[in-house]
Amino acid sequence: MFVSLAPMHLLAAVTPPVTGSTALFASVVLGAIFGALLHRGGVANYTVIVNQFRFRDFTVLKIMMTAIIVGGLGVLALNSAGLANYHIKAANMLGVTMGAAIFGVGMVLYGYCPGTAIAAAASGSLHALVGLGGLLVGGTLYAFSFPWIARYVLPVGALGKVRLPDVTGIPALAWFAALIAIAAVVFFLIERAERRTAAVRAGEAFR
Amino acid sequence: MSTPVTKPGFLRQSRWNPYAVGAAIGVLSWIVFAVVDKPLGVTTSLTGLAGACAVPFLGAETVATNDYFKAHGFKWDYGMLFLGGIALGGLLSALISRSFRIEAVPSVWRERFGDSVVKRLAAAFLGGILAMFGARLADGCTSGNGISGSLQLAVGGWTFFLTLFAFGILTSLVLFGTRGSSKS
Repeated sequence: MFVSLAPMHLLAAVTPPVTGSTALFASVVLGAIFGALLHRGGVANYTVIVNQFRFRDFTVLKIMMTAIIVGGLGVLALNSAGLANYHIKAANMLGVTMGAAIFGVGMVLYGYCPGTAIAAAASGSLHALVGLGGLLVGGTLYAFSFPWIARYVLPVGALGKVRLPDVTGIPALAWFAALIAIAAVVFFLIERAERRTAAVRAGEAFR
Repeated sequence: MSTPVTKPGFLRQSRWNPYAVGAAIGVLSWIVFAVVDKPLGVTTSLTGLAGACAVPFLGAETVATNDYFKAHGFKWDYGMLFLGGIALGGLLSALISRSFRIEAVPSVWRERFGDSVVKRLAAAFLGGILAMFGARLADGCTSGNGISGSLQLAVGGWTFFLTLFAFGILTSLVLFGTRGSSKS
């Protein structure tokens, strides 16, 4: 069972079964699958992403919530079985909050996030391609702001590489049970609203 | 009322069910964690590319002495090839489903801001700068923090996910208001 979730799991050294050039080839294939999934999922599309934030299209939320639940339960099982390591990033609360806020503004203006932008540019979106140049400039600006940020921003609220079970004492399985319950209600409401919108539109078309 | 349409085969459908796509991305993350021993992410590798592309503009010396670029140098490693894979997958998916379209000004943007290509490209470029700066400050984007972080129940991942949505909603209100069409 996946009950023990002490931070020692973070230290458990698991050697990946695939290394060297095989791993490099595997990463192209895995990336291609990810790119195809983003494209077919509809999130390599400006309108789909922007309309998520306008509550007119819930594709982004459906994909992300399902990926988090399915991915999370699997990685939890793999980690408990000693087959995968966790890769937790440091929760520098001020940096993460400010970064996510700036990212949110940028994502709506751009209409893509970095991953979906690459898939979109490859499927013909010219503005996604131009925005990739913006991403590279943004990365460079950050690199040259880094000394200041590392000194004044990142240390504020630095909690370390923590997980929700560590800071709350609530076990991971309980978090996933709660997430599944929330997702079930949210998805039910979304699907009902979408059926109603579709019915209204069909009515309008009929008239 | 409507003429019967033959549904194209699975590989030729331009859209797949979003829940199935989400579940497949979840399964993909199992493979990435177990096989490559890395989280699924995009912007960390993109930093190395940014450094490499900055060389002709800023000079090799300036880039090589920067501490952040030193820690995130350009390498043909797992992450960089993963980015190439995303482009390849997006292209193949679009070609196979015959949905490759050159798009400069999307309809939702045109309705609000007109059909100026320059205006849209400038907004995309500025948005890209902000998105990457924010993603680096938070140490991850929608993939690295939003999906990979959240699925590990990382405190940072969930903070990112929720804050991103809050600010995305606010920005879309400022940019687009509450009116307008929802067609995609």
